[in-house]
Amino acid sequence: MNAPADALVVRDMTVARGGVPVLAGLSFRLDPGRVLILRGPNGSGKTTLLRTLAGLQPAMAGTMSQPAEAIAYGAHADGLKAVLTVEENLRFWASVYGTDAVEAAISGFNLTGLRSRAAGNLSAGQKRRLGLARLLVTGRPIWLLDEPTVSLDTASVALFADAVRAHVAAGGSALIATHIDLGLEAEVFDVTPYKAQAATDPAAGGSFDEAFL
Amino acid sequence: MIALLIRDLRLSVRAGGGFGLGLAFFLIVTVLVPFGVGPEEAILAPIAPGILWVGALLACLLSLDRIFQLDYEDGSLDLLATAPLPMEGAVVMKAVAHWLTTGLPLVLAAPVFGALLNMPPEGFLWIMGSLALGTPALSMIGAFGAALTVGLKRGGLLLSLLVLPLYIPTLIFGAEAASRGMAGFEAGTPMLMVAGITLGSLALLPFAAAAALRINLR
Repeated sequence: MNAPADALVVRDMTVARGGVPVLAGLSFRLDPGRVLILRGPNGSGKTTLLRTLAGLQPAMAGTMSQPAEAIAYGAHADGLKAVLTVEENLRFWASVYGTDAVEAAISGFNLTGLRSRAAGNLSAGQKRRLGLARLLVTGRPIWLLDEPTVSLDTASVALFADAVRAHVAAGGSALIATHIDLGLEAEVFDVTPYKAQAATDPAAGGSFDEAFL
Repeated sequence: MIALLIRDLRLSVRAGGGFGLGLAFFLIVTVLVPFGVGPEEAILAPIAPGILWVGALLACLLSLDRIFQLDYEDGSLDLLATAPLPMEGAVVMKAVAHWLTTGLPLVLAAPVFGALLNMPPEGFLWIMGSLALGTPALSMIGAFGAALTVGLKRGGLLLSLLVLPLYIPTLIFGAEAASRGMAGFEAGTPMLMVAGITLGSLALLPFAAAAALRINLR
């Protein structure tokens, strides 16, 4: 898992939201065993970058290389089903990813007492913990996390930091967009200097698609 | 992929899942029609296959927007898209789950509702057969329509308008097969046409629906 081929490498990438470039010329690499914290003000394009890296949208320019089947994406929304229990939610994702780490995920995020509770009855912080526990059942080495600590209390933030530490110690890596200090040993990548210049003249290089975006 | 099917079935039978909505709607249509057109067997029996088919189609339409909308709203569609599951497979499983919760109950209930419409018993097998062959196409075409409109708030209206024209061939051949079979005529040709529509949509539409979903998730 520690071979250089396992790194997530981004070269000269431009990402766009709604057809408008938001970040341009991004280059960084994320090696196994490392944590990279993304910083930048609201609206600076952190989520767009993470969605692009997760493969949900294409990059406007630039390349990225990554090991196959390596990325687990944790979005703003937890993707929980309110009528399923905590355990059922996790079991579903475990079988989608073909892993069997449900028990470790439940105990890792202190959900043991809640396992047969319907996810719809959890508090915001408990839902978030369940959403983060999903990462453990994916068994994927590269975590892309978008504001993972929203609505978590300090104890839960510490639980999350422990989970990331354990993940990194096992040879995984994480790219985390966050505003708070997680107490992790991590490099910080500030996206502010990469803000894309104001949109170019649409008449000049406008492709057919742009009229619809 | 089976996990997704099981999850969707489980969601549909739990509170607020919408299981039975289509069936109840089907029941309402078949109960109301005799009040509207009168109870005479001479009038009701010939139109019964058509009524059952229109009722099944509308009942199907009723639950289409749930196929992807709920997953889109709570973020699980994003997570499914990044999961190792191919999007096309996810679309098929969602359509299968929709058929099992909407289409299959309609097929099984058709003889009972046919009796409410004074349908002669020799037609029961034909209506069940044509519905069994045709409703998978309704679910699959509907899943495609739902994928096209997934990001829209209140996309139900647009979804219905998009999907209804695509439903018409299935309706024509399905109702034709059922009424011909009931009257004792040769019904093989319309049955084969319905089967062809179903197989064609199962073969092509998962790819179209997955492409539409990918665009809508951007």
